[in-house]
Amino acid sequence: MPEPLLDLRAIDAYYGDFQALFGVSLSVNAGEVVAVIGANGAGKSTLLKCIAGLLPTRHGDIMFGGAPVGTAPAFEMVARGVALVPEGRRLFPSLTVEENLMIGGQAGRPGPWTLDRVYDLFPVLAERRHLRAPSLSGGQQQMAAIGRALMSNPHLLLCDEISLGLAPIVVRDIYAQLPAIVADGLSLIIVEQDIAQALKASSQVNCLQEGRIALQGAARELTRERISAAYFGV
Amino acid sequence: MQWVNVILQGVLIGGLYAMFAAGLSLIFGVMRLVNIAHGDLIVLAAYVALMLTQTLGIDPLSALLLVTPIMAAVGYALQRGLLNRTLGDDLLPPLLVTFGLSIIIQNGLLELFTADSRKLQAGAIEIQTFQVAEGVWVGLLPLIQFAVAVVVIAALQVVFYRTALGRAFRATSDDQSVAQLMGLDTRHVFAMAMALSLAVIAIAGVFLAVRANFDPAIGPARLIFGFEAVIIGGLGSMWGTLAGGVILGVSQAIGAQIDPGWQLLAGHIVFLAILAVRPEGFFPKVSG
Repeated sequence: MPEPLLDLRAIDAYYGDFQALFGVSLSVNAGEVVAVIGANGAGKSTLLKCIAGLLPTRHGDIMFGGAPVGTAPAFEMVARGVALVPEGRRLFPSLTVEENLMIGGQAGRPGPWTLDRVYDLFPVLAERRHLRAPSLSGGQQQMAAIGRALMSNPHLLLCDEISLGLAPIVVRDIYAQLPAIVADGLSLIIVEQDIAQALKASSQVNCLQEGRIALQGAARELTRERISAAYFGV
Repeated sequence: MQWVNVILQGVLIGGLYAMFAAGLSLIFGVMRLVNIAHGDLIVLAAYVALMLTQTLGIDPLSALLLVTPIMAAVGYALQRGLLNRTLGDDLLPPLLVTFGLSIIIQNGLLELFTADSRKLQAGAIEIQTFQVAEGVWVGLLPLIQFAVAVVVIAALQVVFYRTALGRAFRATSDDQSVAQLMGLDTRHVFAMAMALSLAVIAIAGVFLAVRANFDPAIGPARLIFGFEAVIIGGLGSMWGTLAGGVILGVSQAIGAQIDPGWQLLAGHIVFLAILAVRPEGFFPKVSG
């Protein structure tokens, strides 16, 4: 069995005195798509923040590419090959679409993702490259946010609530591009409230409940009943 | 013709004020830091130039080639070593720390150089003038100073909107934590902004010192001129700071022409009037 790309070993995370994650363990292999689901406040976004280096963990280890991450800040995690598509997209409003993409690539990691390839993936962005980010629709902003993260040529892409606030048809279009995104062996963690979408896209599912992993398993083996039991804690 | 001369003088001095303002505006724009020590850093640059001209025997404009990188390095170190630690959600700590820094610089200069007035000697260039029209005279040095100011503002504009560094400045200004997610070390980005600001200050400081006498206590007044030019021009616009500097310079020149005691007062009154009527300035940054 090859070593996983990402290996979380019983991590705890806190916001001040408030503990948000309790001994979360999770591993992601190269090229694997992993879904993290759970209700609001279950700790999904916190988990991604820990992996991306935005929130230091207090106990447990995060291993990435076989080496401990320690307290590496976010900008160092980008250099190591982790990119986060943040919840709510959070494009830079005073930058154009193209500048947003270029800033994603500014870390200078080599790899297959270039402006042209992002524009091939999401042609609508090419048409709007010179517009400022806020003038895009929600779906286009999400495409730009994904493209911006891809521009850093990550090994692991973290996607926080891609579907949030978007029309179902737009969500479907974006998810339809996932196979093209993972084609080069990129690993993906998708945090989703849209469980159906997440299950369809992923091979492994983790359900968080109040900061703990309540259910973990292969997406095709988990029944709807077990998932809803873990999701709602009943 | 006398008034044309007065206004022309005001326009040319406005270039200097624009340079005071550009550094201030850059820092506030990128990291929401109000640098109270800005004026004292201008004076510090003047003293660095004084030391260099005296020890190396070079003229002030050549000294610029050394003062600029020295001040940029001071800016980088100051930001990395001190000011980055004060940045956060609260605007007060950086304000207090730069206020303290202002006092330290003033007193340090007083200790080292005494309260005596100094001036940089640029030689013949200082008194060269030429006639642009019947009865309208322009000094070579003010003209060089204004041209340099225009070049500095244009260069800042290019850096801000056409380079990777400028993109990093704007992205960090928009959203610090997402900037980190793009692989930007915001501590470094802030330090580069301060380095650029102090490089501009260095140029302004040398021209200030060639133009008139300076002593360790004149910094705070330069800070006020910088602030006034920024606010008249509109926050976030580099060309706006040039316009702000020119408006302030012309107001002061007209005030001085009416009565020498009115020079500073006229500038302040025009500033207050603009603040009352157009608080966002003439060229506010358009967002969205």
